[in-house]
Amino acid sequence: MNMPIETPPRAAFDVLKYRADFPILERIVADGKPLAFLDNAASSQRPQAVIDAMSDCYQRYYANVHRGIHTLSEESTDYYEQARRGVAQFIGAAESHEVIFTGGTTAAINTVARAWGDANVKAGDTILLTIAEHHANIVPWHQLAERTGCKIEFLPLDENFTITDEVVADHLQRLRPKMFAFTASSNTLGVEFPVQRWTSMAHDHGSRVLVDAAQAAPHQPLDVQALDVDFLAFSGHKTCGPTGIGVLYGKSELLEAMPPFLSGGGMINQVTTDGFTCAALPDKFEAGTPPIVEAIGLHAATEYLTSVGLDAIHAYEKELGSYADRGLREIEGVRIIGPEPDLKAGIVSFVINGVHAHDMSQTLDSYGIAVRAGHHCTMPLHKSLGLSASTRASFYFYNTFDEADRLIAAVAEIRKRFAPSGRKRRPRNA
Amino acid sequence: MSPSEHDIYEEHVLDHYEDPYHRGLLDHATHSDEGNNPLCGDVIHIDLKLSDDGKVQEAWFDGDGCVISQASASMLVEQMEGKTLEELKSFSADEMLALFGPKLTPNRQKCCLLSWRVLQSAVHSPVDADADTDDNEGPHFGGPSLSEES
Repeated sequence: MNMPIETPPRAAFDVLKYRADFPILERIVADGKPLAFLDNAASSQRPQAVIDAMSDCYQRYYANVHRGIHTLSEESTDYYEQARRGVAQFIGAAESHEVIFTGGTTAAINTVARAWGDANVKAGDTILLTIAEHHANIVPWHQLAERTGCKIEFLPLDENFTITDEVVADHLQRLRPKMFAFTASSNTLGVEFPVQRWTSMAHDHGSRVLVDAAQAAPHQPLDVQALDVDFLAFSGHKTCGPTGIGVLYGKSELLEAMPPFLSGGGMINQVTTDGFTCAALPDKFEAGTPPIVEAIGLHAATEYLTSVGLDAIHAYEKELGSYADRGLREIEGVRIIGPEPDLKAGIVSFVINGVHAHDMSQTLDSYGIAVRAGHHCTMPLHKSLGLSASTRASFYFYNTFDEADRLIAAVAEIRKRFAPSGRKRRPRNA
Repeated sequence: MSPSEHDIYEEHVLDHYEDPYHRGLLDHATHSDEGNNPLCGDVIHIDLKLSDDGKVQEAWFDGDGCVISQASASMLVEQMEGKTLEELKSFSADEMLALFGPKLTPNRQKCCLLSWRVLQSAVHSPVDADADTDDNEGPHFGGPSLSEES
């Protein structure tokens, strides 16, 4: 399909200024070629501000939190709790104790599936997901089904790689799920689902809502109160922050009513030889020494992203992703796995006749271009599309239109390189 | 330092990919097995015809996947024909990687070793034998699995 060529408003967003904040983007790879890092949906890079905030903690004031009655512990605790307040503000939470620091999105969703699920879900109940979910938002529910005998149902995609409100309403009406858990933005398709609308529809049918915001928090403004979600999860490392930390947001009353998931030090009020009583939120869900420096790094990341502006980031990525999408669509043999650009952000997944995703990714690496090949932890989605693997380019606000041009040109060359050309194998014994 | 793609996609590799040896299913196979690499979706099926005196009379492969997995399968079945069962069983993973040629990173070694793994389990999977022969009992090989982060 021929799309009108639009000149993107490149001057409006000073990508080169932000790019300079990320030392790793200077990296030269593959025989002298500059790195084009287009694997941001797997993990983003970090700006100097985050690296500095973390090394500042290690160098000046690090100690365990909530424990010691000494200067460093008090300072660390202060910074750690400031981080919680900062992250609460980043997602618009009413109370900072509604922000639980976890190991990542996976740990956050597991916490809900375990603690909320075991207490609220029984045999015969339904958990509703979409077929586009990441394994992190499928497997914990499978495990809940194994424990409780509940059913897992999947909303299918339509031919436009999205799900209409009518289909969602029909499933909610028919299945009356206890929980509707869905991604705000698919890590494979790039499609963005209407979180506020679906949440409201789910609540009207008596369902709780968990939103996997791993691909949304880094790229768009979030306001959990306006969205009215019950739970929301995201990861630090996709959000310009460190690995090993993620966020579980939950409404106070739900978190209060849930039993703790992991238990041990830090999450208790009292322990006796007979039992224990839980600490109040948020400590109840933060057993053991928490990711202290990572929380401080994540706080620096959210402040950095806020200073760039999430609205500006989202608008720029949409332009850039759209540009790459259109360029790739024009290459013969390329099939884009995802909707038309206006329904998605900066993720472009594709398959190409005659070139396996691994060979594509391996060869793109020799051009200095880092992409992801495989099923991107969405095997049910790939299976539903009749695929075993795809190649995914995922952009962030520090990527440029030049990098998108490099990707498009390289994919076109690679397609030609692997196309059948009348080769003849030389027999072994000849 | 990882090898560049110029090293991996050597001419003889692309030749085997486009013009494979014995690609297809073998009628009257005596031994047969199939395996996959779930993280990349590569699939390899191997059919063998073993003679009464324990020699590989014919070896065929079929499958779907990347250049490395398919070209290496072609090289392997070509190499194994005429070998004795003992020679086949003692053909090691290192020898398979050497047969392939270009140096591979651990992740791509899994693609290359898929056919070798299926071949080693195929000799224990006679056609028409008990259907419950476990096809996952082939020899294991080292190397990290493909990462699962998204």
